[in-house]
Amino acid sequence: MTAVAGNTASTTLPKVRVDYLPVLLVPILMLVALPLVGSFSTWVTLTVAALAMGMMIFLMASGLTLVFGLMDVLNFGHGVFISFGAYVSLIALGPLAGWVESTNLWLNVGALLACILVAMLVTGALGYAFERVVIRPVYGQHLKQILITMGGMIVAEQMIHVIWGASPIPLRLPEGLRGAIVIGDAAMEKYRVIAVVLGLLVFGVMHLILNRTKLGLLIRAGVENAEMVEALGYRIRRLFVGVFIAGSALAGLGGVLWAFYRQTLTAGMGMEVNVLIFIVIIIGGLGSVGGCFIGAILVALVANYTGFLAPKLALGSSILLMVLILLWRPQGLYPVAKR
Amino acid sequence: MLNSILSGDYPRSRPLAILLGLVLIGLAFAPFLFPGSQPLNVAAKICVFVILVASYDLLLGYTGIVSFAHTMFYGIGGYGVAIAMYNFSATWPALGIGIVIALILAILLALLIGLFSLRVRAIFFAMITLAVASAFAILASQLNEITGGEDGRSYRIPEMLRPAFRLFDDPVLGVNINGRILTYYLIFFSALFLFLLALRVVNSPFGRVLQAIRENDFRAEALGYRVVVYRSIANCLSAGMATLAGVLMALWLRYTGPDTTLSFAIMIDILLMVVIGGMGTLYGAVLGAAIFILAQNYLQVLMGQFSGMLESAGIPLLPNLFHADRWLLWLGILFVLSVYFFPVGIVGKLRQLRK
Repeated sequence: MTAVAGNTASTTLPKVRVDYLPVLLVPILMLVALPLVGSFSTWVTLTVAALAMGMMIFLMASGLTLVFGLMDVLNFGHGVFISFGAYVSLIALGPLAGWVESTNLWLNVGALLACILVAMLVTGALGYAFERVVIRPVYGQHLKQILITMGGMIVAEQMIHVIWGASPIPLRLPEGLRGAIVIGDAAMEKYRVIAVVLGLLVFGVMHLILNRTKLGLLIRAGVENAEMVEALGYRIRRLFVGVFIAGSALAGLGGVLWAFYRQTLTAGMGMEVNVLIFIVIIIGGLGSVGGCFIGAILVALVANYTGFLAPKLALGSSILLMVLILLWRPQGLYPVAKR
Repeated sequence: MLNSILSGDYPRSRPLAILLGLVLIGLAFAPFLFPGSQPLNVAAKICVFVILVASYDLLLGYTGIVSFAHTMFYGIGGYGVAIAMYNFSATWPALGIGIVIALILAILLALLIGLFSLRVRAIFFAMITLAVASAFAILASQLNEITGGEDGRSYRIPEMLRPAFRLFDDPVLGVNINGRILTYYLIFFSALFLFLLALRVVNSPFGRVLQAIRENDFRAEALGYRVVVYRSIANCLSAGMATLAGVLMALWLRYTGPDTTLSFAIMIDILLMVVIGGMGTLYGAVLGAAIFILAQNYLQVLMGQFSGMLESAGIPLLPNLFHADRWLLWLGILFVLSVYFFPVGIVGKLRQLRK
């Protein structure tokens, strides 16, 4: 995060220069893609779809990047929270089947929100347990962290098989959220629009918390220099557990949205997006939430445009994007100090 | 004599030496000791995975870097054979060309990835390799014309290695020496040779530097060793060995597809084998691979029976826990526990027993 300028009374403090260049990349990319795609309506459809995808990836990735920034812990098992969030929404969907099939839009949205709430609660609790059991014993040992979170992922993925069975489960979108809104020639799927709105909402709230509250100040300070925050008398550990839980809950939220987007549940779905998530947080700069947001949108835009123009290059395109960005800024879009 | 064969790296523990001897004898005489196609299949798989796991240990255990692209190199070896055999002819020269091209491609790729990401921290390398490997897997399953896509390629191998080929007219020790058994011995001796070569590498001055880098890369750099160069060389060596393991597997299966070579599940298997066997010692690769593959093939049956018993007893949920497909759950738990409580693995534990 570079937009740190305080809003308090200390107006004499020199403002930190805001680095707009990475932000500009997004509209530039969109504009470049327009003539390549050719038709305006297709371009709108692709862009909205990409934004929706970007928001979901951001939701899933934000927790991971913060956890890494704050405590230098890279959780390779992050994908598990995504899968779990998605599967847990089945619990909420069971009793709410009537709401899903109802033609009342509010009940439909209510069902979606209920899923999200249940998923966030469960993945948050799971995150707490994961931090306690799996991650705590291996602080500061990168090699073991990678191995142990990988192992945790294997076990958790198998547990999903044990609880919900091994075959993929179809998931139906609530009635009112199916179909598309057509404006002129451009069709936008309703669900994608909702995903964009939800994603922006969460990003807004996160931005406010990080930049306008004391808690956010501590988190940002912790990312910059954890030892100093500790020396000032704050318990960085407690802060970290909190961030880990919040990050897991966000992954759960992303998982629900992702599951409804794909409309099928598989235990490996979290691990599949994990790759994209890693690319995103590397592009954004490890530990930077703002960078993660821009990175997610960039990756999704590039993936969708290339998916349309040259389908075979879709995933390769994200890697190419990563390579290009790292050549430009080796530490990612928004490098976090001392990383 | 033995000293130069093992490069001075003895098992240093009697139970370990006995276990290794058992594995060696079991593999060397597998066609005679355990007749039938299923046991021979298991034995061949163990041979290939010993090499694959040993080459991974060169990275993880000796140099201290985590790569998730190991199956990619394994797959390059497999596809090298598959494409050469399928598109040209089932002859030895074609096989040789396939292997050489695969090796060159793998080592170049390893060098490129290494130069790009090994300068930074271990964690960075892990993420980049994960991304590159998954992109490669998708690429391989989409380039239909070259790789056969999701279906993969079945192909014929040189005539000497086909099941119909007979070396002698009469059976030896009650076993017909056919092409299948010749293939097995080709794999066995290649694996043995590669393993001893790896042992030579890790016990050379070069291997010492790798271990120094693992312990403290900053200090190694300060002592005048170019850490990036050493890491890159280790990465390329390991990639090359993984490629050869892929070649051997392709010869055995006579089929190469994304699921048997590039899937992430195999990467996880390799990780489990390295850690359970013991990181930082190549003998760990032997034990890890042998135990894991035996478990994969025979534990499932046991678990299936146990699960059936529980189910008939009418206990809920537990049958699912012991379902035959859930063996990975138990190995995963074993993996987590072994990273915590005995990071030295089985080999390390056996060596500690002596003290």
